Amino acid sequence: MAKHIQTIIKGNLSVTIKNGGCGKCQTSCQSACKTSCTVGNQVCEK
Amino acid sequence: MLNLKNYHISKNIHIYEQGNLRIAYDVNSGSLHILDEKTFSLIGEMIDYQSNNETIDLNLVGNNLPDDEKLEVLEELEQLQRDKLLFSEEVLEQEPIYPSPPIIKAMCLHVAHDCNLKCRYCFAGTGSFGGCRELMSVETGIKAIDFLLMHSGSRPQCEVDFFGGEPLLNLTVVKELIAYGKMAAKKINKRIKFTLTTNAVLLDEQTTAYLEKEEVSVVLSLDGRKEVNDRMRPFYKDKGSYDTIVPNILRFTEKRPKTSPYAIGNYYYVRGTYTHYNTDFYRDVLHMADLGIKMISIEPVVASPENDFSLNQEDIEKVKESYDILGEKVLDYAQRDQEFSFFHFNAGLDDGPCLPKRLSGCGAGYEYIAVSPEGGIYPCHQFVGQEAYKLGSLHKPDSKPRTDIVDQFRKANVYAKQECRTCWARFSCSGGCHAANVAYSGELTKVYSLGCELQKKRLEVAYYLKIRQALKVGTNC
Ligand code: SF4
Ligand code: SF4
Repeated sequence: MAKHIQTIIKGNLSVTIKNGGCGKCQTSCQSACKTSCTVGNQVCEK
Repeated sequence: MLNLKNYHISKNIHIYEQGNLRIAYDVNSGSLHILDEKTFSLIGEMIDYQSNNETIDLNLVGNNLPDDEKLEVLEELEQLQRDKLLFSEEVLEQEPIYPSPPIIKAMCLHVAHDCNLKCRYCFAGTGSFGGCRELMSVETGIKAIDFLLMHSGSRPQCEVDFFGGEPLLNLTVVKELIAYGKMAAKKINKRIKFTLTTNAVLLDEQTTAYLEKEEVSVVLSLDGRKEVNDRMRPFYKDKGSYDTIVPNILRFTEKRPKTSPYAIGNYYYVRGTYTHYNTDFYRDVLHMADLGIKMISIEPVVASPENDFSLNQEDIEKVKESYDILGEKVLDYAQRDQEFSFFHFNAGLDDGPCLPKRLSGCGAGYEYIAVSPEGGIYPCHQFVGQEAYKLGSLHKPDSKPRTDIVDQFRKANVYAKQECRTCWARFSCSGGCHAANVAYSGELTKVYSLGCELQKKRLEVAYYLKIRQALKVGTNC
């Protein structure tokens, strides 16, 4: 058990550069004017 | 030994304090950690050291820590580096690969360039988008839907958003297009998901029932407290809209208690805009939550600085404080069983989108397009009416999007923007909004710096909440 650092979320984002990009996800708008999904708060649909 | 060769720490790790936590976000893996004070200050020292020196000598940092503790911290960091969770290797810059020709996933249909409100901050120029007031005809709408289905490649699902101005001013056409779209999509084994963005003035019982029956997702506009809403969202005779729209909004939202915070399935969101006049906008969010609204989004106004309501640099601290307070309120309300979701605090990390998606962002101009009432095709709703960015017209026989503009938008990914390349938020923000960037700097590849500050603040709170949530349910690893 680590004493100084507690890992809460284990991500593997960098791996998805190889296996991602299927394009099934919705589009996403990050602007102020429209609440369709922004990239940061989308979930992967694969 | 922690490997820091050619490793730019502040670009790849973001450390910050939020609430009572010291947090580290590992940019390349998307991992989150809680640090103790010693680790936090050691990493902070490394970052400071690196800002003045080319390489890092670990003997020269952390000397306020007893040797054994410094060693312990460094060993833990090293282990996390081996596990690719912190100090993880930087992803090599790689341009996203795009299909050619573009596959359009979504379309914003401007069915009405007219409005029954005259919101002061409206980028559509109170509905007309700088042009004449006009309603889309059924024929143009049908051409638009055909265009979308034809350019959507092998995608089984496309999205159509009825937008304006105020789309309910053209409800007859909306209804015809929903019926047509469903039928035309079905014929070729596809599905269209419909959304409608409305100011709720005309959202009566009948229209609510219709949208329910047709499973249309709806985004409803409300700025929060009555005085805040009415200042910016009046009718033509300057009477405020709050008293008219709130009953309509509540009648609608009550019908969708199970809306997904990630805008999946049939959802609703009540969205507002905050301005210089309500930098304490957390009160507006709470006002909406107290009304019983569960899905709330409120976002900064984008307006040129000469407007009295635009946000200025002095507002930023107050705005950031509002996000801090809101973060704590989200937790308080959840504890009191009055849970609500604040859109920009939902961050997909371990279950979020892949890196290729994060590099390219919104897809305006090549995955997403907007169509004006007269059939002009534009990269997105905010570019409608900007001739320099017009992609084409539905009324031209071979109405393919102009490839030079498609390419400009494709190339304007995270790596094309100098500021984004070293920004810790790059894989969540994806380089910001093209329209805001163009409005601010005149270029697709220069970022809107005030927007960046707010984006980063929202992400900090979002990650903090993610941690607090994980600690509560005990799913931490
Ligand atoms: S350019 Fe901006 S407003 Fe347009 S779709 Fe992209 S994020 Fe949204
Ligand atoms: S737009 Fe701003 S906040 Fe977003 S990645 Fe670029 S520099 Fe960072």
